[in-house]
Amino acid sequence: MSVIEFENASYSYTGGELLSDVSLSVSTGSFYFITGPSGSGKTTFLKMCYGALVPNSGHVHLFDHDLRQMTRDEVAHASRKIGVILLDCQFLDHMSVTENIALPLAVSGEDRLSDNMNLKELLSWVGLIGRADALPPELSGGERQRAALARAVIMSPDIILADEPTGNVDWEMSQRLLQLLIELNKMGKTVLLASHDLSLIRLAKSQVQARVLRIANKRIQLAGANL
Amino acid sequence: MTAIYNNLIGLILGDRQRDRVVPPTGYTASLTTFTSAAMAFLAVFAIALSLAASRLSDHWSESLARSSTLRISAPAPQIQQQLDLAMEILDTTPGIASARVISLEEQRSLLEPWFGPEVPFESLPLPKLIDIEENSSGYDGQSLRLRLIADVPGAVLDDHTRWRRPLVTAAHRLWALGMFSIVLMAATSAAIITLAARAAMSANAQVISVLRLIGAQDNYISAAFVRRFTFRAFNGASLGGAFGAVVVYFFQGQTDQLSILTGLGFQGTEWLWLIIVPPLMGIVAYIATRRSAGLVLRGLS
Repeated sequence: MSVIEFENASYSYTGGELLSDVSLSVSTGSFYFITGPSGSGKTTFLKMCYGALVPNSGHVHLFDHDLRQMTRDEVAHASRKIGVILLDCQFLDHMSVTENIALPLAVSGEDRLSDNMNLKELLSWVGLIGRADALPPELSGGERQRAALARAVIMSPDIILADEPTGNVDWEMSQRLLQLLIELNKMGKTVLLASHDLSLIRLAKSQVQARVLRIANKRIQLAGANL
Repeated sequence: MTAIYNNLIGLILGDRQRDRVVPPTGYTASLTTFTSAAMAFLAVFAIALSLAASRLSDHWSESLARSSTLRISAPAPQIQQQLDLAMEILDTTPGIASARVISLEEQRSLLEPWFGPEVPFESLPLPKLIDIEENSSGYDGQSLRLRLIADVPGAVLDDHTRWRRPLVTAAHRLWALGMFSIVLMAATSAAIITLAARAAMSANAQVISVLRLIGAQDNYISAAFVRRFTFRAFNGASLGGAFGAVVVYFFQGQTDQLSILTGLGFQGTEWLWLIIVPPLMGIVAYIATRRSAGLVLRGLS
């Protein structure tokens, strides 16, 4: 069953076409790497995956709903099933790490912080239990990425989208973040990870059955064995 | 209907978590509060002006509408005869409840403020005045004038219409001016609060971006701003309105001798009008912020 489906989708901006005629079906529980040179359209592709951008032509289906037919509120509702981690992960700087991580629960109107145990487990899982009351500006780059990961998974989403999550962290932290994403994939979550770090992709392929998509010349294609 | 009810309850009760997503500081907070306070202060005076004008209009309309004056000017030997004739005519005119000759003492008290107490009014050829009170059906002025011309040539009937009408018109215009001022103040408040709300949303673009990323719907995002602006406007208007009320109260007390201004203020239950000022400002802020939040969020998509 596919959770995201691209059907001849193209996206262009005032500067010109960024992605052209993309067709792809992302099935439940799969692990995809999206790679390509800087500016090739990886972020644009991911933004269409969570409804932040709508294709100019063709179709993108989120959970079997055509993105172009969905209202903003419907997209927002659907995106609750998608956890997003961005390179410049943003937080509400006046709220603590714990509050930021729990924010998706509050926004969705689900059980507020009543289930403290789960939140503590989550903080512990990403190694931020000691930084629970810190404010986001006090966190290091790696801690911010892990906080973003915790916020992305707190709603137990079906899909995790990560756009260069290891871009601002050292190799050790990159490996740690990758391990967390692999764990999520093994729990049945679909993971799409955009990265230009080929060594990270090689490392992941040794542990999980991942497909690598390469974006070049505005088109997306399945990369071969040679990365 | 249910959605409106839920919105209203949500607005009043709030949501602790949602209320915290927008940082509480920023110049827009003081701008909104100050604007609402200033406009509420001015609105109190506009309401006072409107109510005073309305009272004056009612007073002039009611107290003068049912009364008129008959003035008889004639040579001294004829004046009593004409007065008696006029009284006979008035007594038999349908629509007149009573007619009473104004005594010399009453005339003296009317003229003294202009001529002083030393003037010998007894020796002056003053015209005779008859105060006429109409009954509820009123009299036919045209017909009465014709009868008076025929029988009492020195009589002039003044039904006060000539000078009452412009006074009442002026009072109505003052009332309308007060109401227009209130509308203008509400519109100005809405414009300033709209600008403040837009500035707040621009300043909090990161907050909106984060909320969108985690699946917040427009309603949630706008409510975080709307509630804050509504309560800032309400609180500011409460302060400004209370201050305006205190000033009007003391203003009333100190202007006893300025007859034209003594009416400017509130009487009895009229003070209750001030209760509507803060909620009105809150409603203006709610509509202005909700509308601008909607436009900003649509623009960001």
